[in-house]
Amino acid sequence: MKFSLKWWIEKVIEKIFAFSGMVTTITILLIVAFLFNEGFGLFRSPVVERGSALLVNTANPAEYVNSTDIKKIFNYAIKNWSEIEDIKSGFNEDIIPFRIDDIFSVYKEEEFGENYEKLTEKLGEHIANTPGILAFLPEQYMPTDFEGVRTLEKRTIHPKYFFLGMEWLPTSRPAPQFGVVTLILGTLLVSLVAILIATPLGLGVAIYLSELAQSRVRDILKPAIELLAGIPSVVYGFFGLVVLVPIVQKTFNLNVGETALTGSIILAIMALPTIITVSEDAMRSTPRSMREASLALGATHWQTIYKVIIPYAASGISAAIVLGIGRAIGETMVVLMVTGNAARMPNLFGPVRTIPATIAAELGEAPGGGAHYQALFVLGCALFLITLAISITAELISKRQHNKGL
Amino acid sequence: MNKKITQKIAFGIFRILGWTVVGILLWILGFIVYNGIGVISLEFIFAAPRNGMLEGGIFPAIVGTLCLIVGSTIVAFPLGIMSAIYTNEYVRDGKISRVMRMMTNNLGSIPSIVFGLFGMALFVRTMGWGSSIIAGSFTLGLLVLPLVIRTTEEALRMVPDSLRAGSYALGATKLQTIRHVVLPMAFPNIVTGLILSVGRVSGETAPILFTVAAYFLPRLPSSIFDQVMALPYHLYVLSTSGTSLEAQRPMAYGTALVLITLVLIINFTASLIRRHFSKKHGAV
Repeated sequence: MKFSLKWWIEKVIEKIFAFSGMVTTITILLIVAFLFNEGFGLFRSPVVERGSALLVNTANPAEYVNSTDIKKIFNYAIKNWSEIEDIKSGFNEDIIPFRIDDIFSVYKEEEFGENYEKLTEKLGEHIANTPGILAFLPEQYMPTDFEGVRTLEKRTIHPKYFFLGMEWLPTSRPAPQFGVVTLILGTLLVSLVAILIATPLGLGVAIYLSELAQSRVRDILKPAIELLAGIPSVVYGFFGLVVLVPIVQKTFNLNVGETALTGSIILAIMALPTIITVSEDAMRSTPRSMREASLALGATHWQTIYKVIIPYAASGISAAIVLGIGRAIGETMVVLMVTGNAARMPNLFGPVRTIPATIAAELGEAPGGGAHYQALFVLGCALFLITLAISITAELISKRQHNKGL
Repeated sequence: MNKKITQKIAFGIFRILGWTVVGILLWILGFIVYNGIGVISLEFIFAAPRNGMLEGGIFPAIVGTLCLIVGSTIVAFPLGIMSAIYTNEYVRDGKISRVMRMMTNNLGSIPSIVFGLFGMALFVRTMGWGSSIIAGSFTLGLLVLPLVIRTTEEALRMVPDSLRAGSYALGATKLQTIRHVVLPMAFPNIVTGLILSVGRVSGETAPILFTVAAYFLPRLPSSIFDQVMALPYHLYVLSTSGTSLEAQRPMAYGTALVLITLVLIINFTASLIRRHFSKKHGAV
């Protein structure tokens, strides 16, 4: 038998099977590699758009302006150089934000020469004449070796501005803002409220199914729950958009019905099947002897349920809730369609924007390999890590339930 | 007496909650069927969209979804089934199988939009396939792989060990036992799991947004490197963007009805097969 053709075939096929068994592991590693590789390029990207730079007059002591301040300056929210903290010497001069198009209001058309060959020279001249200027220029027209002109230091996007930043304005110029705080809070708000709605409902149904319902009723409810789980998320989103949005708007007398609450309600419906099935399984695994002991002591059926069965199934129920949260956090289409997608401080009755919805809405427009594209991949990494942590937590919790069963 | 009343109230609430779930399901299904049924016609199913997606049908989207089902099936089924056979028949209770199961669970918990990002980075950009059927099929295939593995494994586990032992006792090798004893026994349950994963594939939207789906493409694909329209993405497009949302509503209702019918037929077939064979086995 050994080393015969048959033996070899058996061995080869076993190796093929073994390789297939590794595919999920390989996929996870690939996902990690690609997500993190694309994403962490963000922290090597310059604060100011690639291919351009900020220039100041040599009288200005500033070496560097951070991205939040750049945005404020170009929005006229910071008006004087002395308002910027990093510039210690207190350079008291009004800031004049300057973009390349502004040069045409300084000089006349004919002064640039026929083919604009004097554009760079004129830019240099203007910067040298204006002490308070902060000029945002593309590199090809940059007057680098000009007297009175200095280029500000180019730094890369600091993780601090990403993870603690409050503003998500990925297309803002000259300095895009990638602050994820509002997105993270939005995601948490929508999914936590969803779970708050889904948990009592789901547990009630699970108790009904495992303890009370006759088999005829189960034969209706179980398939109904399976169907609910099978409905595609985009259909839920469509239903939410057409039916629930107007209802929420009218009930709470709001300007728009596309709110965090609307998203939460739909997500709650979507999380129900998970919560019901997992916690029902846990309740059913309560040993018969425990129920009978409780009933024999004179407890009613209801007392048995909440004093014996629910405590016994507690870890299974927690696992169900954790899995439900995981489902809600990662859900994309529903929140994209019904929550209004406004990246601002989340409010239950206002539009919010979540991490998955941001990725889905913006990846199509973000130029491949650019800072915006990379920022969306960092969001993907964050989502991946959050759901991975949730899945491991659920696994640990349900292992406890399992051990108890033995 | 008091205890009895509390119990009555509590049980009454649970009963109401139970039927609320059925009510929600009927509400959603009823709403879509009621509004969509009038739109369904032969033209709607077999024609391409016309006039800014306000007229015509959704044939390219149906074909696109079928392409993605076939493509992801080719990717996921062989790998998933072999993987399940390996963990359940070769390394059943060892450390390797524990790690593999954990990885399968973790992969299954990754949100679909992350698969979309991954597909974009690996298949669309790095492999250079562009937004295409093959990129979308690989993305969706990896997405349902955990589901395929898990359901196949469950099916294999239901085959009693005594049958395996009997086969070995007759001198069969491991592979022969798997081929002639385990797989035929587990076959119906494996098929059920596979059908369920097809249902999952046909409804997914987020992973195909950047890997395959076309906004508007009224012709049919000619190769696996073509973009296609897909039913779920088409529903998303019709309900959120386009020239006139209100005028697009009927088309959106129709698309939703076709999509949900497709998914429900698939799921229903799966449970029918399961029920049919579980009765048969019960008799044996």
